[in-house]
Amino acid sequence: MSPGVNFDEVLGGDMSNKKPTNLNNGVSRRAVLAGGAAALTASLFTPKALRAADYPTAEVNTTGLAVTDDTVTIGILHSITGTMAISETGSVQAEKLAIEQINAQGGILGRKIEYIQEDGASDWPTFAEKAKKLLVNDKVASVMGCWTSASRKAVLPVFEQYNGFLYYPTFYEGLEESPNVIYTGQEATQQIIAGLDWVAKEKGAKSFYLLGSDYIWPRTSNKIARKHIENFLDGAKVVGEEYYPLGHTQFNSVINKIRLKKPDVIYAIVVGGSNVAFYKQLKAAGIDMTKEDPIVLTISVTEDEIRGIGGENIEGAYACMKYFQSLTNDNNIEFVKAFKEMWGDDMVIGDVTQAAYLGPWLWKAAVEAAGSFDVDKVRAATPGIELTSAPEGYVKVHENHHLWSKTRVGLAKADGQYDVVFETADLVEPDPFPEGYQ
Amino acid sequence: MFSDYSMSELGAIFAMQGFAGLILFSVFVLMALGLAIIFGQMGVINMAHGEFMILGAYVTYLMSNLFSAYMPGLFSAYFFVAMILAFIASGALGLLVEWAMIRHLYKRPLDTLLATWGLSLILQQIYRSVFGAREVGVTIPDWMMGSMPVTDLIEVPINGIFVMVLAVSISIAVYVLMFKSTWGRQVRAINQNRVMAGAVGINTEWTDRLTFGIGCGVAGVAGSAFTMIGSTGPTAGQLYIVDTFLVVVFGGAASLLGTIASAFSISQAQSIMEFFLSGSMAKVLTLLTIVGILMIRPQGLFALKLRK
Repeated sequence: MSPGVNFDEVLGGDMSNKKPTNLNNGVSRRAVLAGGAAALTASLFTPKALRAADYPTAEVNTTGLAVTDDTVTIGILHSITGTMAISETGSVQAEKLAIEQINAQGGILGRKIEYIQEDGASDWPTFAEKAKKLLVNDKVASVMGCWTSASRKAVLPVFEQYNGFLYYPTFYEGLEESPNVIYTGQEATQQIIAGLDWVAKEKGAKSFYLLGSDYIWPRTSNKIARKHIENFLDGAKVVGEEYYPLGHTQFNSVINKIRLKKPDVIYAIVVGGSNVAFYKQLKAAGIDMTKEDPIVLTISVTEDEIRGIGGENIEGAYACMKYFQSLTNDNNIEFVKAFKEMWGDDMVIGDVTQAAYLGPWLWKAAVEAAGSFDVDKVRAATPGIELTSAPEGYVKVHENHHLWSKTRVGLAKADGQYDVVFETADLVEPDPFPEGYQ
Repeated sequence: MFSDYSMSELGAIFAMQGFAGLILFSVFVLMALGLAIIFGQMGVINMAHGEFMILGAYVTYLMSNLFSAYMPGLFSAYFFVAMILAFIASGALGLLVEWAMIRHLYKRPLDTLLATWGLSLILQQIYRSVFGAREVGVTIPDWMMGSMPVTDLIEVPINGIFVMVLAVSISIAVYVLMFKSTWGRQVRAINQNRVMAGAVGINTEWTDRLTFGIGCGVAGVAGSAFTMIGSTGPTAGQLYIVDTFLVVVFGGAASLLGTIASAFSISQAQSIMEFFLSGSMAKVLTLLTIVGILMIRPQGLFALKLRK
């Protein structure tokens, strides 16, 4: 009956009862392989069985973080109640999977990861308060968390004041670069420009109608999109730009306006419950997206959102982001399998869920490169960290704390998955403060 | 803005836009009728109205799964069964809530606001625990999605027509119940003078319970219908609650006719302004106008004349 989440597992703080048994430090690769399916997956992430004994606690933790001889504690800070639980649940699941896999491999510097999970409750002051609790009371070594920009902005002063380290998974509007945050999702230019170039080149699109929910991310993204369309795409123009309040459920008027303007592309950044209303009403108004007249291109609908919208209502639309569940590389096949084993077969994995999964792995790589859990040393070691094992493929951390990543375009199918129809040849450089786009 | 278009194109767009306004009107009427009964007739500020709607939506979701699994042949008709069950489920929950909570608060009407707000939080979390935090996709029978071409240029969404027909039938049903039935007479009597109504032998306790139940049931049907146009998730009810109160308060709380008139004027204003201005601006102007009118006429558009 429940298509969503096994809530006990998401809510339950203690995961030791689900963990594979193989937690000895310095366990051999063969023993890891024998440890079962979860460990098998984990073994893909090139286990380096580091011994805790080689890294005395006094040396790897000089700033009083929650590190013992055999454990290290991190925080998970997402909304599991309130409006945003819809979106953030997947991130929590991905982070727990990554932690479980890392532990199955022997942990970080020979230490098993334990986590303290706090609920931001979709309320931004609560996020700040819980962040402070995690950093000051629990002394966590890093935090995986936040989803909306508003929650990130709320915790940012806390992380900067107490020198915490946050891994933030969502694609977002950019215009930020904090020494205390690693942004594992794409910033706006990475996500937007490649998709616009693709639709202009492949589909010959000349006119665009920009549509969004009324808050900072859609507005900033559309601003970048407009600049790019007007300045860099030959002869292309924006014929309309429009914002609706969050939670708006009636789109018939704007659909009529779109009919009047006859754009080649509807560029849609509608979020949340509005999303469902928009696509259902678009279909009901007789706009068949599979006919591509107009083309619907979105950056806000992942596989997660399609579950609410219904695949049959969005079939034929294109989405531009860095990850789709249908990617066929080996890393991703293993990742999808492990995710479904842990959380159930009916799970879908969207872009942000995958980005959240990268957080613990990136932190592990940085800690091992630094040989220390100290935040300053981890930060210094972070630029240039690479993951060859990411489900989205190879990623690398830029000096500006964002990730180099490929951008892809997917075509929505009736079964709720995307067919990847395009990907950039190279990694796209993150550029959170794009010149000429401000 | 219109110089590039031929008359026929413009005509078609305006026709469709007019229709969009009528759909919005029907949506508002459906949302507000249940609350008009509860808030208008009983004075209970039911902040959990949206959650009663979403219960109806979840019932529809369960029915769509049930029918597609066990009775695929009847799938195209499941929606009607779902609406009836939505009425029963939300109505039953309404009866329960009235018995457990509301009846203790009739002497403290403002407290119903807090109590029902708490109830809405509880219901949201129950939905989240039972159905998952994510929105669920309700599969709508094919014949109800898509549009009907009237001319080459004018296309009318079928689910819009469906919502309109539903809004009209429910309005008529509520009207008949309210003004032609014994129950309606009793509700209105209690509304005018609770003590006297009790004194002449009306069972006020049971009438209250039934009224609350019917109001919630109507909300459930509305929620069921809205699966066609909106989302179904634990917090989706919050999307409707503000507009719902707006319509009821603006219309004059105690008047059903006022609710309908207010739904019509708000929806037309909003849909016309949305067409000529941006979406957020249209909303701002609509709200400003309503605030302005309510300042001049605090009792709303239509008020019952009562001897104080």
